[in-house]
Amino acid sequence: MNMLWLQAGGCGGCSMSLLCADTPDFHAHLRTADIELLWHPSLSLASGAEVLELLQRCADGRQPLDALCIEGSLLRGPNGTGRFHVLAGTGVPMIDWVRRLAARARHVVAVGSCAAWGGVTAAGDNPTDACGLQYEDERPGGLLGAEFRSASGLPVINIAGCPTHPSWVLDTLAALAADELTAADLDTLARPRFYADQLVHHGCTRNEYYEFKASAEKPSDLGCLMEHMGCKGTQVHADCNIRLWNGEGSCTRGGYACIACTEPGFQEPGHAFDQTPKFAGIPIGLPTDMPKAWFIALASLSKSATPKRVRDNAVADHLVQKPAQRRTRIK
Amino acid sequence: MSRLIVGPFNRVEGDLEVTLDCADGVVRAAHVNAPMYRGFEQILQGKLAHDALVLVPRICGICSVSQSVAGARALADLAGVVPPPNGQHAINLMLATENLADHLTHFYAFFMPDFCRPVYAERPWHSEAQRRFLPGHGEQTRVALAARQRAFTLLGTMGGKWPHTQAIEPGGSTRAIDAAERVRLRAKLREWRAFLEQHLFADALERINAIDSLDALWRWYARQPEAGDLRFFLTLARDTGLADLGAGPGRCLSYGTYPQPDGTLALPAGVWQMQPGGAQVLPLQTDCISEDASRSWLESGRAGEPVARHPWNGLTRPAPDKAEAYTWNKAPRWAGQVVETGALARQLVAGQPLLCEVVAQHGCTVLTRVLARALELAQVLPQMERWLQALRPGEAFCIPAPLPEAGQGMGLTEAARGSLGHWVVLQQGRIVNYQIVAPTSWNFSPRNAAGVPGALEQALVGAPVRPGEDTPVAVQHIVRSFDPCMVCTVH
Repeated sequence: MNMLWLQAGGCGGCSMSLLCADTPDFHAHLRTADIELLWHPSLSLASGAEVLELLQRCADGRQPLDALCIEGSLLRGPNGTGRFHVLAGTGVPMIDWVRRLAARARHVVAVGSCAAWGGVTAAGDNPTDACGLQYEDERPGGLLGAEFRSASGLPVINIAGCPTHPSWVLDTLAALAADELTAADLDTLARPRFYADQLVHHGCTRNEYYEFKASAEKPSDLGCLMEHMGCKGTQVHADCNIRLWNGEGSCTRGGYACIACTEPGFQEPGHAFDQTPKFAGIPIGLPTDMPKAWFIALASLSKSATPKRVRDNAVADHLVQKPAQRRTRIK
Repeated sequence: MSRLIVGPFNRVEGDLEVTLDCADGVVRAAHVNAPMYRGFEQILQGKLAHDALVLVPRICGICSVSQSVAGARALADLAGVVPPPNGQHAINLMLATENLADHLTHFYAFFMPDFCRPVYAERPWHSEAQRRFLPGHGEQTRVALAARQRAFTLLGTMGGKWPHTQAIEPGGSTRAIDAAERVRLRAKLREWRAFLEQHLFADALERINAIDSLDALWRWYARQPEAGDLRFFLTLARDTGLADLGAGPGRCLSYGTYPQPDGTLALPAGVWQMQPGGAQVLPLQTDCISEDASRSWLESGRAGEPVARHPWNGLTRPAPDKAEAYTWNKAPRWAGQVVETGALARQLVAGQPLLCEVVAQHGCTVLTRVLARALELAQVLPQMERWLQALRPGEAFCIPAPLPEAGQGMGLTEAARGSLGHWVVLQQGRIVNYQIVAPTSWNFSPRNAAGVPGALEQALVGAPVRPGEDTPVAVQHIVRSFDPCMVCTVH
């Protein structure tokens, strides 16, 4: 499967993240997955005129294109002209290149939340009229329109995340190359289910604090980040605490809240990112598939049962209380 | 005079287009265009101050930690706090990880592949260059990408992930490191050192740091000219004349960075400039910084206002139909002067003897820019080992940093590719102005109101253009020698 990767209105961080893939030989990993790089902005030799020739051949069909990967939001402004991003050397707005190439590609892949939904580039009053390939936040549409299907019959595949996890990208591409990714493997927002059927909460190392509602109160505290620090991990679709980042990392393991970066519209939460919005002292964003009354009842019960160890450690940046040690064999 | 429009430029971060006016086989004038605008400074207006720390790292996927550090320092300035020693060391370790890993990416993945081009097929070193650096295949580039991936696992532990960690706060780092984790991190630094000592330098870092003159450099080279990728670069540089290619403006800016608990900076701040009779380093005066949007697709402010504005009252409003404009980038100036920034600037301001001597002979050129990055790798990695050792598990990594409702804060740091500054003005807890001046904003500046070209625009003048070249290889060397980051440039 050949692949053409273009960077639209984003930060390039999904490419940089991709290069952090956990492999001793990145290019061999691609080759053994049968992924051939036609061109990538960071990884290819070709520059200038050589690239223009390739893009032209892809756009008019002389060069078959299997996977078109777009990173970054599509900048439609100013006034629908797309001139906030003109592809260098061409005088043609990137959105026009993307439309032409998407019409030819067997698969179209949105790499990262910018290309999927608009993302951070669409924050604030969205000065560049940024959108995703097939979504504008959670609304279907975007640059290519809700009805768009690539030659394979699939919608744009949204590998959302800010940035994306390198192995979400590599595993998606490998599955496409092996013809193993079908519509049934995508969730209702067209994200690959292999990572979007998990919650960030799953595997979180702060789960004991969560169980007892022993909460962090300030940056660097060890406690659960949900009650006060803005963490949305119990609602957010991604396997970040199972498939770790850069070795042994994740947002919550790094000491800060999940801000829902795989979800559409995360860039404008309507509240301070580092504070949990509450109503009558209770977080608004409770786990989505749990009855609210039960959550509140269990929370107040577990709070009153919190061991001193958990309560003390929750508001420290290192373990101040150790688990009790018994001299007898553990039953 | 003929005109070449070169783009898309790859192996630079983001989008770049260069227009070249050529005659008699050389570039006579260059105009540098950053053709993408996202409007972060507009997006940040009206935001809660602390929310900036979610948004600013996302300006850039390759300088993400640098953007976080500049943002956090601007808020720390507002709050009037300094992180505790553990927080400073942890943030320095994260910043240095990004900066040094970026140097590796630049050398192995962005800069060296150009020597694999067919234009060099007749050179005796061409097949060796391909063996080492051909994109997708070169042995050394592949090993370096793996080393880079391992290096970023330091950030996985200390910052949760890279890019776009949220672990960097005005009051320190959100991720305390315990004694056992420090042992693991030390092993990672040793692994990184081993890569550099085996592959890049083929020598101990301390021996590299002891090279203090051009004479000593070539003696070191001559002992084993085939060993290591830096010596191989020197072979190519000598053969292709990189020492005299792409001379910058001869004035270099460093904000300095890696603040220490005693109040000093591990890499100092200042402005280095070439003078008749020798170079001098001037103290950094941040009130001398200005940006001018005369040739940018941005508004310049009301008539009667000065065209060059200090970032405190900087203006970022698109004016896409401005006739005289040719880029989205503004023209930053220091005391009205064009400056170059980057690893070379940091080393010159610090008085690194080898680079001072090479620059005295050749100027700030492709050779010295690339050499400065390599030397910085050798210089900073041992410092990272010391900062890691200086962590005191059990003591605070982060202190409270309550923000005032109103005020202004400045955050300066050094990204891999040069000086990065954030200026934030708050009213009623909300951002009313947020101005970012990024390293490549300096280096790839357009002309200002007076028509003075920016650093790259000056460096490209005189670059050779071979017959039939539409994307001249010399131009590619010069452009990439700055390690540009275009997504930072226009944010």
